Amino acid sequence: MTNGDRREWPLYEVFVRGKRGLNHVHVGSLHAPDDAMALRHARDVYTRRNEGVSIWVVRADAITASSPDEKDPLFAPNGDKVYRHPTFYEIPENVPHM
Amino acid sequence: MTTTVEPEPQERLQAAFDATIARHDRIEPRDWMPEAYRRTLVRQIAQHAHSEIIGMQPEGNWISRAPSLRRKAILLAKVQDEAGHGLYLYSACETLGVSRAELTDLLLTGRQKYSSIFNYPTLSYADVGTIGWLVDGAAICNQVPLCRTSYGPYGRAMIRICKEESFHQRQGYELLMTMMRGTDAQRAMVQESVDRFWWPSLMMFGPPDERSPNSGQSMAWGIKRNSNDELRQRFVDMSVPQAEALGVTLPDPELRWNEERGHYDFGEPDWEEFAAVISGNGPCNAQRLAHRRAAHEDGAWVREAASAFAARSTEEEVR
Ligand SMILES: [Fe+2]
Ligand SMILES: [Fe+2]
Repeated sequence: MTNGDRREWPLYEVFVRGKRGLNHVHVGSLHAPDDAMALRHARDVYTRRNEGVSIWVVRADAITASSPDEKDPLFAPNGDKVYRHPTFYEIPENVPHM
Repeated sequence: MTTTVEPEPQERLQAAFDATIARHDRIEPRDWMPEAYRRTLVRQIAQHAHSEIIGMQPEGNWISRAPSLRRKAILLAKVQDEAGHGLYLYSACETLGVSRAELTDLLLTGRQKYSSIFNYPTLSYADVGTIGWLVDGAAICNQVPLCRTSYGPYGRAMIRICKEESFHQRQGYELLMTMMRGTDAQRAMVQESVDRFWWPSLMMFGPPDERSPNSGQSMAWGIKRNSNDELRQRFVDMSVPQAEALGVTLPDPELRWNEERGHYDFGEPDWEEFAAVISGNGPCNAQRLAHRRAAHEDGAWVREAASAFAARSTEEEVR
């Protein structure tokens, strides 16, 4: 073991587009010294079997995420807004295409 | 994001683009695309986004005067959705290299248009129901095929939007059904509203095919999947039985089932009226744009304050 550079490479989050027309979807993360290397590593780590047609890598520290504690204040208010769903409205069976 | 791409001769790029379109595959933002394809998309997506945003006004007009808390909550949620639709579409448009500021400016200065339907006034609460049923119904007819449009971000925005539109149409139809179960005056109010909105709804599909010169190219590029007249026919075929179930008449003496064609025949919309409304002379064009401009100007201090706050927070972090 050498006493070389012990600082860790930054963490990157990896997003892969499975095929044209689909969104990029988060598949995992990896460490890399810079953006270009992160893209190369992502290709090797996450798309060895034709999993995608496009890759995005984003430094994890550039992502702002909501915290689990915020789950209620953020999402609970939707719970009682059932009228936002089409099934809230009763339309008789004999009305077509709706 | 930076990647290096080997310079390729124009013909190879064009061939790759054509092959993607021929496979009915999607073009994604980083793909090469012909400039005319990009320009056409920018115009169509932007005008679609403007329509969602301006489209909040006719219904927003009634939020403060909804007949019950239930109807108010529903209408508020619906108008809020339309704001969201505008934002999905502006974001999709920005992937083509235009900025939000430019797009806003194009709308506010009248250089880009929005759907003609939103230049008609909403005169009664029945209009909220009619808009949900017919206007959102026509929008659904237009938008379902656009989920398979050739430009990836546009198609994905349309998928999100279509999921939400179903609630819009059903709340409108349910509102009208409720009024039709009410008094004679309420039934008359529904009929009067349908009479005003039927023809403008048919115009939402655009001019007839033989007078829609750019449609052919848009279809060849897979941006549009169906012609204006095809979609208009589909809408009429869907609406007639819905009108019957509701108990209203559609204001078209030529409307009748054609056994041979397997479709309803219907009359010709007043295309002169359509041209007048599109070119700025509809009943509410000036009012809609003035309202949008005022909202933008009145909101300027909020945008400035947010930017100033963000700048100060960054400064404090650095210190
Ligand atoms: Fe919408
Ligand atoms: Fe809608």
